[in-house]
Amino acid sequence: MEKKLMLGNAAVARGAYEAGVRVVSSYPGTPSTEITENMVQYEDVFCEWAPNEKVAGEVAIGASIAGARAMSCMKHVGLNVMADPVFTVSYIGANGGLVFCVADDQGMHSSQNEQDSRHYAKASKIMMLEPSDSGECKEFTKLAFDLSEEYDTPVFLRLSTRVSHSQSFVTLEDRKEVTLKPYEKNIAKNVMMPANAVKRHVIVEERMKALTKLAEITPLNRTEENGAKIGVICAGIAYMYAKEALGDQVDYLKLGMVYPLPEEKIKAFAAAHEKVFVIEELDPFIEEHCRALGLSVIGKEAFSLLGEYTPSMIKKAVLKEEAPAYEAVEEALPVRPPVMCAGCPHRGTFYVLKKLGLTVSGDIGCYTLGAAAPLQSVDTTICMGASVSAAHGMAKARGKEFNRKLVSVIGDSTFMHSGMTGLVDIVYNQGANTVIILDNSITGMTGHQDNPTTGYTIRGEETKQVNLITLCHGLGVEHVVVADPFDVKEFERVVKEETERDEPSVIIAQRPCALLKKVKYTGKVAINDQCRKCKQCMKLGCPAISCVGDQIVIDESQCVGCELCIGVCPFHAIEKAE
Amino acid sequence: MEKKKTTNIMIVGVGGQGTLLASRILGNTVINEGYDVKVSEVHGMSQRGGSVVTYVKFGEAVYSPVIEKGEADIILAFESLEAYRALPYLKKGGRMIANVQQMNPMPVITGAAEYPADIHEKLAERIDLISVPAAELAKEAGSLKAVNVVLIGVMARFTDIAYDKWIETIKKTVPPKFLEINLKAFDLGYHQEGETGSGLSAQRD
Repeated sequence: MEKKLMLGNAAVARGAYEAGVRVVSSYPGTPSTEITENMVQYEDVFCEWAPNEKVAGEVAIGASIAGARAMSCMKHVGLNVMADPVFTVSYIGANGGLVFCVADDQGMHSSQNEQDSRHYAKASKIMMLEPSDSGECKEFTKLAFDLSEEYDTPVFLRLSTRVSHSQSFVTLEDRKEVTLKPYEKNIAKNVMMPANAVKRHVIVEERMKALTKLAEITPLNRTEENGAKIGVICAGIAYMYAKEALGDQVDYLKLGMVYPLPEEKIKAFAAAHEKVFVIEELDPFIEEHCRALGLSVIGKEAFSLLGEYTPSMIKKAVLKEEAPAYEAVEEALPVRPPVMCAGCPHRGTFYVLKKLGLTVSGDIGCYTLGAAAPLQSVDTTICMGASVSAAHGMAKARGKEFNRKLVSVIGDSTFMHSGMTGLVDIVYNQGANTVIILDNSITGMTGHQDNPTTGYTIRGEETKQVNLITLCHGLGVEHVVVADPFDVKEFERVVKEETERDEPSVIIAQRPCALLKKVKYTGKVAINDQCRKCKQCMKLGCPAISCVGDQIVIDESQCVGCELCIGVCPFHAIEKAE
Repeated sequence: MEKKKTTNIMIVGVGGQGTLLASRILGNTVINEGYDVKVSEVHGMSQRGGSVVTYVKFGEAVYSPVIEKGEADIILAFESLEAYRALPYLKKGGRMIANVQQMNPMPVITGAAEYPADIHEKLAERIDLISVPAAELAKEAGSLKAVNVVLIGVMARFTDIAYDKWIETIKKTVPPKFLEINLKAFDLGYHQEGETGSGLSAQRD
């Protein structure tokens, strides 16, 4: 059997493949994206990017009802979008094994909040497994499909950034050929109207009892005895941090199944130790369960509710040992926040919006970076799609004049995800907003996934392409204009014209992401002797343009030759270098 | 490198410099030496021109995928400011290999902050530092993008893993189209010895 170094996400994909999964539908979201990307290599599996997580989850549910093993993967906030079907499919259960894989982002490496998805397991009464490394990612995924069918339930697999994006060893095995289960019409089980749901709820509660029994005996929940007086209860990545920090100086109760949690097993572990720590990132989920059992454990009084843990943090809290000494940097170092790349098409858009002093209702994507200095153009960022609907609310709150200085910015993929419904609301409820669709021909931030507007599937096959212009017309928007954000003068004219209207309008800011292979800018730009150091070009916030002493310089290693700055310079002082 | 103790290597740089590929080459080379390995990567928003950090840890059994302050045996820095920022992570007696390249972060570009002066001199006074003109060498190899493999080449000399083993992984990891450039870049890095500052030979393991 081949042993391979694999990303946690790739290992989940491998596990699903080995478990005989047939259908995988997801929407990209860091840190979950690579699971579905990795499915592409397995030709026997149908996989797709859906327009959003709710659709993706429903595709997986449908496939499960139809008898196939199916999976949907998302980031923590994606689970919010998918929550509606989740709570009801808990009642329906699973025909073919059904797995929802959710990746939390402790530390918010690439997210707008730090929610703890374990609460969803409890709220929807769906069991949840949590692996600690890539090896467990594969094993737990396989097990999740088996448990799903055995207990007639969907199963959550919870990951975190460090598990998803760390590579460790995985032993590859063959794919298990799982035949389609028969599809039988079963109205009582699959049609969740009140009379049926009332009966199914009884079954859900019985299932919870059975799963709690399973939690007592499953090898997923195991103890590691070192004959210590201190016991540590932990799961997921926190187990790895604890092992690194505490080694064999404590005993462990390692929980691979984090919902439902065992009762007797935890009580027995607590009784056998003088002191018991519960080590878990984010919320006191396991800790509260322990307290409900009447156990006195040490949890959040010793550990943070915020961000990621580290072994040294754990060492200090449990063993009172200090971290090793290190060389400190005495001077304050400039931070290096993420920025829009050199050549980014969004730069032209935000340059114009800032120049016009507009209020910008923002959204989720690379263009959230339009809130960073020096552009600082974006006013709000909430969640996928909110740029459009929240702007409608702003306009209704503050009236016509405010609306003439207000735009929404939303990417092509995000518009497909949940921007369309907001636009319908504007049209239907007599709004007059201007929505700018930042059409860069790809889903950018998560690393270039295709979407319904690109004309390609996840496997790179050509497919029907949603036409944003006809779509917006179809939704009832009469004024739809396509403009190039790098033609700053024309773009400015279009924005002025459309925001002046007392009717809804859409501007499609069309220019592909500079990182796409098909985008071929050539050459670099250079400053000539016409430069009067007015620093207009510096307002672009391009990482390739800086001011050294009093000279404007182009960093050759960064410039991609997009020429946006040439159009912005009032003195023709920037030209293409040969 | 003893088998028992975990070796911690930290790769720091700016999003887009190819730190991910470097960590993968490193990770896939050490697995062939029979170690347990963990490689921790950064994806998503911070990749867009921000500070990026990846960790490669190997030894008999590796648990946490993350390296903390005072723990890194080797720091491979792709950019000067990021090298300086990573200083607290270096273990006492550890070694830093740092590209001399300067890339201005946005606060420096906008004039809100100044790029620290003489970073390499300051670091050299305090730690075992090898400064490498990696961008020049990468250009010589055929592409500025090969900075990552140049630096891997410099680091490779300080491990007891044979030259050929590294070449083997590079062949497996890099797309065929860029293989020649990357092999040249590795070789230029690997043979940097004489030109990378005084005392280098004496410092070698």
